[in-house]
Amino acid sequence: MATFDQYDYDVLVIGAGGAGLRVAIEAAAHGVSVGLICKSLLGKAHTVMAEGGIAAALSNVDERDNWKVHFADTMRGGQYLNDWHMAELHAKEAPDRVRELEAWGALFDRTKDGRILQRNFGGHKYPRLAHVGDRTGLEMIRTLQDYSIHQGIEVHMECTIISLLKNGEQVAGAFGYEREKGRFKLFGAKAIVIATGGIGRAYKITSNSWEYTGDGHSLAYHAGAELMDMEFVQFHPTGMVWPPSVRGILVTEGVRGEGGILLNREHKRFMFDEIPELYRHQTADNEEEGWKYTQGDRSAKRPPELLTRDHVARCIVREIKEGRGSPHNGVFLDISWIKTKIPNAAEYIRKKLPSMYHQFKKLADIDITKEAMEVGPTTHYMMGGIRVNAETQMSTVPGLFAAGEAAAGLHGANRLGGNSLSDLLVFGKRAGEFAAKFARENKQAGIDHQAVEVIANKAVEPFERTDGDNPFQVQYDLQEIMQDLVGIVRKEEELLKAISALEKLQERSRKVRVIGNREYNNGWHTALDLQHLLTVSEAITRAAIARKESRGAHFREDYPEKDEQTGNCNLLLVKGPDGQMQVKRASLREMRADLKQIIDEMK
Amino acid sequence: MTVTFQIWRGNASGGKFESYAIEIAEGMVVLDAVHQIQAEQANDLAVRWNCKAGKCGSCSAEVNGIPKLMCMTRLSDLPLHKPVLLQPMKAFPLIRDLVTDVSWNFSVKKKIKKFKPRPPDAKDGTWRMFQQDIDRVQEFHKCIECFLCQDVCHVLREHQLHDAFIGPRFLVHVAALEMHPLDMEDRLEEVKKAGGIGYCNITKCCTTVCPEDITITDNAIIPLKERVADRFYDPVKKFFRFLFANH
Repeated sequence: MATFDQYDYDVLVIGAGGAGLRVAIEAAAHGVSVGLICKSLLGKAHTVMAEGGIAAALSNVDERDNWKVHFADTMRGGQYLNDWHMAELHAKEAPDRVRELEAWGALFDRTKDGRILQRNFGGHKYPRLAHVGDRTGLEMIRTLQDYSIHQGIEVHMECTIISLLKNGEQVAGAFGYEREKGRFKLFGAKAIVIATGGIGRAYKITSNSWEYTGDGHSLAYHAGAELMDMEFVQFHPTGMVWPPSVRGILVTEGVRGEGGILLNREHKRFMFDEIPELYRHQTADNEEEGWKYTQGDRSAKRPPELLTRDHVARCIVREIKEGRGSPHNGVFLDISWIKTKIPNAAEYIRKKLPSMYHQFKKLADIDITKEAMEVGPTTHYMMGGIRVNAETQMSTVPGLFAAGEAAAGLHGANRLGGNSLSDLLVFGKRAGEFAAKFARENKQAGIDHQAVEVIANKAVEPFERTDGDNPFQVQYDLQEIMQDLVGIVRKEEELLKAISALEKLQERSRKVRVIGNREYNNGWHTALDLQHLLTVSEAITRAAIARKESRGAHFREDYPEKDEQTGNCNLLLVKGPDGQMQVKRASLREMRADLKQIIDEMK
Repeated sequence: MTVTFQIWRGNASGGKFESYAIEIAEGMVVLDAVHQIQAEQANDLAVRWNCKAGKCGSCSAEVNGIPKLMCMTRLSDLPLHKPVLLQPMKAFPLIRDLVTDVSWNFSVKKKIKKFKPRPPDAKDGTWRMFQQDIDRVQEFHKCIECFLCQDVCHVLREHQLHDAFIGPRFLVHVAALEMHPLDMEDRLEEVKKAGGIGYCNITKCCTTVCPEDITITDNAIIPLKERVADRFYDPVKKFFRFLFANH
């Protein structure tokens, strides 16, 4: 029998973005041994791409803000499918998590009186996002990284997990490979936390990096955990559209928070055309009022560009579909217009949005202080994920936890900007704490070495084939299918078509061929990621078929309205005894009376 | 338009440049070309990348001999009538093709004394800091750890003094900690001895290659050198060092 390098930890954290790092820090603080798996190098995870800020009701800029308002905003944004207890914990604990980052060395932009500055963002009633220009995610991940390296955490860089290991019902460990030499690694663990982020690479146009292949969702699903809300994929309204090679790269919502406006080809500010009922009384009546709001006028209501992302993305799609788009199939996002309102506008824009300025100047030859950007929707975030307990973040599998984007519950049908960074801090800490507790109270389960051998043999099969598909081509084809058939606007016949196309891809993925050897072989890595991508793609599509209504990020052309009869539920995806994916409905838990009252008061 | 790329293929035990010709499209960056070659002609081509937006600092390599992020280098800015030369960073051990072993950088950082804040001084248990007091440290925090400054620095690149010199990236890191308004730790002796700050003779190559436009030499290294000089050298020597540093 083959032997593999084995590492044993009390808590194994898979994923080292903001969530994974926060989990690891917390678990280590509780005195247990911690192993941390990074798919890339430490500090390179997708969190670096987060731009706008961390949502937390610090009430530094507007003292009317507090956790109750943040809670109500989050629930409204999620169309009330959120786990209300998670939304409550998140709103209450986020301020402390932000202050903690400051104590660990993060330097947020400041208010005039020296406190943490907060900015406006879509769906948040008051300026709430603690930020560092438009590179908040970088500040956050570097702070966590630099703090974590002194906590005795063992880090495995450029290591990918391909399967979780169980013993009966309990988790026992994980199995994967390191990229440098392609050697397998076996991890034993009493508790495992999944913090692998999202699924964006299942789509062609995405703001997500190559790592985002839904590994954690798929690992947990195949280990018997329930996935939830997978139909809710957030398409960020503003990604770059030109030139083609940069298509999908994120343009922060901060541009709109600082006064940026959306225009169609006729130079019409089209966002005023349609205001959803839920937000009518919170939205500015005219352009002047919207501008005043972005400049901190507290009597003004927010401009329609700062409505929730699902709505803004659909309005942009409508403009393009009806022939009013920009030359490269997007719309215009203009921040340069503020020069008619304030002196030194160019300098202000460069100070507030430095990386946007840099990104457009470098990649598209556009000076955003002088001209409008062309933008269109891009796959950005998975609201759904592994179903977890609100307080502990444990999944339905004992000893298996999840945090951050890989976990479901907080965001419901649509996530508000800024709530992801606070999510991963709040629930990263909780997952770390409770995983450590679980590890202390449970023994290491035995590892079935025969099962490990089977996984290892299967993983190297692509090298043995003398003929077969190119893994990159299979991935491209999958991305085309998901983009075309399971995108922003969905309908039954296309979703069914996607299911059968995915089945065919499943067949092809089993026959891919990889050339060369196991040393840092990106072709092999892609071949192994395919299984995860196929699993999450199927989950998204099956859930999208089952939800026969339109709500939040899920829009069905054939069922364009919200359906209060069938829609007030979460959809669960579980692996059936026959190995097939099953969709189940879970009715919403009755909300606690005090929370219900908050929502009624804030309506 | 067809463009030829000469890409280094091989590992620590040897290798050579291989030629790949591809059709390029408008707006492409070097990393797009590498991906296209990888998908169509060389599935096992090793390249490290993540965000493809200049924010993670993974895809560092040498393009026509100059350290660059491949995702931020547009083909239209290169002379395309001759082959584009792509090779791995030279200052670090080669793993394979365009990928190098940068783990030394992570071990260097671990040895630098961590952030140590003074106790909170505001009534609400936090601190007050003013924007003008953190501007310069925020500049250092822009670093994406691409290690291009380490790659270009002759102390590491030519002289391979990795044991004696921490390199520009970590001088910036020390400067960020030392100039942090809340920090109480003292790292001057450390940066002088283990850090080897004296090896830097201010050629500013690091500043030139920084994709984040951090003024590494002027804003981080020179002020640190001045602090070290103030602490450890007498006024006469300090004067000469000052002259030397500026010419």
